[in-house]
Amino acid sequence: MAHLNTQPNFGTPGERPLHAFTPGDDFYEALIDAHRGLSDDTSRLLNARLVLLLANHVGDLHVLREALAAARAGLDAPAPTRARR
Amino acid sequence: MHGTYTYPHYAYRRPAELDRPGQVPRHPVVVVGAGPVGLAAAIDLAQHGVRVLLLDEDDTVSVGSRGLCYAKRALEILDRLGCGDPVVEQGVNWSVGRTFYGEREVFNFNLLPEADHRRPAMVNLQQYYLEQFLVERAMALPEIDLRWKSKVVAVAPGADGARLEVETADGRYALHAEWLIVADGARSPIRRMLGLDVEGKVFQDRFLIADVVMKADFPTERWFWFDPPFHRGQSVLLHKQAAGVWRIDFQLGWDADPDEERKPERVIPRIRAMLGPAHPFELEWVSVYTFQCRRMQRFRHGRVLFVGDAAHQVSPFGARGANSGIQDTDNLVWKLKLVLDRRAPEALLDTYSDERVAAADENILNSTRSTDFITPKSQASRDLRNAVLTLAREHPFARALVNSGRLSVPAHLTGSVLNTPDTDAFDGPMHPGAPIADAPVRHHGRDAWLLPHTGGRFVLMLFEPDAHALDTATLQALRALADSPIPVHTLLVTERDGDAPPGMTRVTDVRGVAARRFDARPGTAYLLRPDQHVSARWRRFDAAAVHAAVARATCNA
Repeated sequence: MAHLNTQPNFGTPGERPLHAFTPGDDFYEALIDAHRGLSDDTSRLLNARLVLLLANHVGDLHVLREALAAARAGLDAPAPTRARR
Repeated sequence: MHGTYTYPHYAYRRPAELDRPGQVPRHPVVVVGAGPVGLAAAIDLAQHGVRVLLLDEDDTVSVGSRGLCYAKRALEILDRLGCGDPVVEQGVNWSVGRTFYGEREVFNFNLLPEADHRRPAMVNLQQYYLEQFLVERAMALPEIDLRWKSKVVAVAPGADGARLEVETADGRYALHAEWLIVADGARSPIRRMLGLDVEGKVFQDRFLIADVVMKADFPTERWFWFDPPFHRGQSVLLHKQAAGVWRIDFQLGWDADPDEERKPERVIPRIRAMLGPAHPFELEWVSVYTFQCRRMQRFRHGRVLFVGDAAHQVSPFGARGANSGIQDTDNLVWKLKLVLDRRAPEALLDTYSDERVAAADENILNSTRSTDFITPKSQASRDLRNAVLTLAREHPFARALVNSGRLSVPAHLTGSVLNTPDTDAFDGPMHPGAPIADAPVRHHGRDAWLLPHTGGRFVLMLFEPDAHALDTATLQALRALADSPIPVHTLLVTERDGDAPPGMTRVTDVRGVAARRFDARPGTAYLLRPDQHVSARWRRFDAAAVHAAVARATCNA
């Protein structure tokens, strides 16, 4: 039975990065770029759509339930400090 | 404020030119700016036997800690410049880093030193110490004429160099620089005088830097806070420096008033709230800064060559400022030496620009990403950042995404026209353009390191288990390489100790680390550039191929 992989896993098949941090940073930049120019509401919609797209790609309900549990973990405790700007 | 460091004041001397009005002396190379990068350029040139005039408008070293973290590649270059030992001895080694989010520690890491490298991944050291060591080295070199309190006030570039006007307390004089190296910092007065643009992104944020002296023990660790209780909504970095000084960086936000924020009555309560009552401290230096991630389009403009912050600027996250500037000079100086000696065309200096522009882009990319993570500029960006931080306690993938700076590493010049592409099969990262890895070796029966046997000249590193196995024809071919117009020195990497054939260097790869790192087999040959980057590599030594690769690496093909 497959389990949720929470080890670093970003990369391009067949390519070996010079620095381990690069593929994750590439993804993170692309993720932030995807939000560029959107209102806060539209950004939330983008995140929700992204969750659904990736969840469908994963498909395996067992893995998805582990992901849901991992995402929920800790959020019922006193809320993390809310950042202000 | 408290002082752990006494700033040296170097003597200004009245220049002889003032007594010879009308004469415009010619200098082969003039370097403007005696910061770490200008000093590195001057020392490197002097070590190549080039006479250098080094001008600086001040008479001391940098005030405040500023460039704080010197990474392995810069230390290796400083070794070649004769300053590696004092920097590493005075510098602070740290390995434990802690990341906090809100009230809680999210994770910590221990950067264990990578085995079998002479130098650590980095040391922390206030910039003034580095500059002092470099000044002392420069002053010991007769080729360097270092003139303090000498401000360049006019520059007129031409086909054969640039005419400079230099202002001193005793008056102005003119001189002609056949080559001008501009190392006058981010605000580069010379770049402005020449009307050259620097393009990129200004981050709308301000940071407060404070150097504080702790009065009680505090661990030698790097602490990074996101959104700490004592400084809500911002980030804070605490880092150890030499001589019991700590560096604290507070993100202030764009709306902060820099003049108000640097007042001690404003700074001290911030730091007290952070350290708590158990850690009394004294303030040594405070500054408020903003930063840019940007570069000039080209670093070469005819006979004028830009290096360091004058050519490119990054955010401070990742220590990619001074470290990359020192790598600029490492790339530039051997090329300029060949051009000065008429052994290579001036076009070789365009490859300085191309290679270091590529490196600057990599540095800008990484430091921009760190800045975007540390100081998110939209709610969505902040939400994702905070999501990463809340997952990082539990999940390794999220820890890897936490980006509070990606430490400066040297650029692999994979796209350079100077590289000879592989024709033989190799594994591993030592491809053409790569900076070479160090390895423990033995030399003359003593423990030694590989890197100091390379650099400063072209080196053919030949892996031969037994030096005596080299036949006469090979030895003759290797001697011919050493006697070429652009000499190539042979470094034999053997498995057993013994003498080197005359005119060659021999090291013993006692534990096979060098062979592993270079994916070497008996007969493997690497051609190394004077800046310790790989130029070409083969499974078998072939003198004609080496000559061709040297020609290619010097724009003589």
